[in-house]
Amino acid sequence: KKVQIGVRAPWKGIFGKAAILKVLIVYPWTQRHFGTFGEFPNDDTIIGNAKVIAHGKVVLRSLDKAVKNMDNIMGVYTSLSRYHCEVLRVDPENFRLLADCIIVSIGSKNSSDLTPHVQATWHKFLSAVVEAMGSQYSNRA
Amino acid sequence: TVLTQFRSKPYRNKRLSNAATMSLSAKEKNIVRDFFKKVSSRSEEVGTEALSRMLTVYPQTKSYFAHWKDLSPGSPPVRKHGITIMGGVYDAVSKVDDLVGGLLTLSELHAFMLRIDPVNFKILSHCMLVVLSMLFPEDFTPQVHLAVDKFLALLALALAEKYR
Repeated sequence: KKVQIGVRAPWKGIFGKAAILKVLIVYPWTQRHFGTFGEFPNDDTIIGNAKVIAHGKVVLRSLDKAVKNMDNIMGVYTSLSRYHCEVLRVDPENFRLLADCIIVSIGSKNSSDLTPHVQATWHKFLSAVVEAMGSQYSNRA
Repeated sequence: TVLTQFRSKPYRNKRLSNAATMSLSAKEKNIVRDFFKKVSSRSEEVGTEALSRMLTVYPQTKSYFAHWKDLSPGSPPVRKHGITIMGGVYDAVSKVDDLVGGLLTLSELHAFMLRIDPVNFKILSHCMLVVLSMLFPEDFTPQVHLAVDKFLALLALALAEKYR
């Protein structure tokens, strides 16, 4: 229960865009899923890219669902995992990178709220999400 | 309960492990050169096996090969790519005194065109070690294992040089 309360408290939903921008800038190879090389000559083009913004929103919506269904995070992400694995062909390492960036983004927007304990709570929650997102990969023939 | 779910396998930050400051001693470089000379007659086999195992044991790595028709162990594209990879490894062996400088072009290829997440270099290195130990049981002593593991880690670091 403490874990659940801890995660819901700083949840403001504003950092989704910040997190996805961060991951694309800090780990530039992740851009491979959003365009061909050279398509993002600077940060502004990334920020303005429609696919990127749309994905930020999608990630946020799914995280929202996970927060509301913390007892069944696996279930929330089963079909998304399969989609990322079979259709989008995304290396699940990207999920770990994005999770790291989400925590950093929360920290920068809610510096007073992100105590070590709260950070640990977020880390645990996002670990479960990352694991759920990677869950369908081992089932591929 | 919620807590037991969270306790299982938290993702560890593998990027922080493996000290970037380690380097190969002269003795270790010789061990690497000598060992890979022995391996050269079966290098195609090593490459194919390592790649096959990577794709099987770590199925998420298949995400980078969506353009291949056949991803099964030992298939033609896997064999062909195994040869390519071993070519790169041997190139690195010849440039072991300056891996970063020597592998600049390869690094640019991986950084800008292929954009493979560097965590996969570690995965493939591990698979290579497994195969080497299987195919060369007498030569793959702990000292050789150590030197080759360090070499592959430095190779991976050199490959990731241009990523950002």
